[in-house]
Amino acid sequence: MAVLLIAEHNNKELRPFTLNAVTAASQIDSEVHAVIIGQNTAEATKQLSELPLIKKVLSVEAAHYENFTAENFTPVIVKLAENYTHIVCSANTFGKNLMPRIAAHLDTSQVSDIIKVISPNTFLRPIYAGNAFATIKSNDLKKCVTIRPTSFDPCETSGGSAPIEKIDADEEFSNTKFVKREEIKSDRPELGTARIVVSGGRGMQSGDNFKLITEIADKLGAAIGASRAAVDAGYISNDHQVGQTGKVVVPDLYIAIGISGAIQHLAGMKESKVIVAINKDGEAPIFSVADYGLEADLFEAIPQFMEELNKLNTIQK
Amino acid sequence: MKILVAVKRVIDYNVQIRVKEDGTGVVTDNVKMSTNPPDDNAIEEAVKIKEAGNATEVVAITVGEQKAQETVRKALAVGADRGIHVKADGILEPLAVSKILQKIVDKEKPDLVFMGKQAIDDDCNQTGQMLSALLNWPQATFASKIDVKDNKLEVTREIDEGLETIEINVPAIVTCDLRLNEPRYASLPNIMKAKKKPIEEIAASDLGVDVSPRLEQIKVEEPPKRKAGIKVANVAELVQKLKNEAKVI
Repeated sequence: MAVLLIAEHNNKELRPFTLNAVTAASQIDSEVHAVIIGQNTAEATKQLSELPLIKKVLSVEAAHYENFTAENFTPVIVKLAENYTHIVCSANTFGKNLMPRIAAHLDTSQVSDIIKVISPNTFLRPIYAGNAFATIKSNDLKKCVTIRPTSFDPCETSGGSAPIEKIDADEEFSNTKFVKREEIKSDRPELGTARIVVSGGRGMQSGDNFKLITEIADKLGAAIGASRAAVDAGYISNDHQVGQTGKVVVPDLYIAIGISGAIQHLAGMKESKVIVAINKDGEAPIFSVADYGLEADLFEAIPQFMEELNKLNTIQK
Repeated sequence: MKILVAVKRVIDYNVQIRVKEDGTGVVTDNVKMSTNPPDDNAIEEAVKIKEAGNATEVVAITVGEQKAQETVRKALAVGADRGIHVKADGILEPLAVSKILQKIVDKEKPDLVFMGKQAIDDDCNQTGQMLSALLNWPQATFASKIDVKDNKLEVTREIDEGLETIEINVPAIVTCDLRLNEPRYASLPNIMKAKKKPIEEIAASDLGVDVSPRLEQIKVEEPPKRKAGIKVANVAELVQKLKNEAKVI
């Protein structure tokens, strides 16, 4: 039995969630091999071989792998799958795009977005945006599993020296062409991976008032979130939406300001480690999940909050 | 061009999910059901492409129990031309649904298949990618912008790092993100008209697809409850607690 991990990288270096996926893979079986598919990946491949949990690295390089197109990756992995019982990668947009294509070729029912390895064939995964947890047993011979990166710690990054084996590239899939990638360049952390998220809801009353949220987020080095109500009201663009139909976030600190706590919003943030709610309605459902609730008018509370933060000598970033 | 759009009936996104006491699933009796939200975006986009003169027909399809037909009827009310309901009971895994859709694609020969990127019940995010694998078609997942060109689509995709643009040759699969468009509401006259639009019913068993589940759902349980928090009296106390008790700032 051995597990094949699909490494995510940007050709130069490993992307961080690969480390979480390695941890998950190692909990399925200790024999973890990693495949890295790309172009000019020497440095990233070296990083992979240095992870102590990786026993062997398979490297596949060709120009048509430069942009990680699932249609090009799939035949390579399907061929390698012969030697493995499990194929594993992260349940981020990379893995979500790729793994089902592999699973269908292997005629395997994929287990998506697991948060715990119970045994090599049984996994825990959230359904209904985390409103329920399902224990799922796979009876397929080959198992395709994607893992929720925030549910597994990153693995050690040094001390290993796994052998690197070159694998031949497969043919190019000609009906899909990469055009461009626009990476959002922002000093602000990404909503999905930020340590702190400050979110505003309908209580903000206008898009202009979201500046108050921005100020606090800047001060804390936080990402900015919003409830669906705030997005629907046009206060902020929908890429900030936290909730069942937006992003699911698991930060160390989630600050909900002027958010009542509709079910669909709670589904996107209630796994956060510490939750703060500021709302003038003491009966708002958000208080039922908040570790610290402050019943106050947010237009008074936010300036005070800034003032108090300014008094602190240090703020963790 | 002909566009096939797959829609799924799920528990409405505003309903508080309740787990059954026997651990076999979640309560669905007497619970409001709706079309899976990003599937509404998929229908909207197909209808817009037709309105722009770039498609000739929009066919809505669902796979599921009798009541699932409501989602097809809703699609007809916002502009789909006709419907297909593949009847199947019980748990349908994405692999089974994609095999059924493959059979329908073989028969209907659409140029494009659209669907939501993920269903908000099982949260699998698999069906579109699996269907494109089975058909060996290109896939554009998590689409937030679609431009129709001659026998090609230019699609902007939502990825973790930002946005990615790809060009795919038709026939192709597109899975839709909520950011793709604003789904319209059905007007009363259009709801009435939709009642006269045809829906073809097909039994899944007649398609020769084995839909039996491959995964065993051992149990479904409530997530661990958060322990009750406290109310703080003022902002100063809040900041002090965050700094010294929770140690998060």
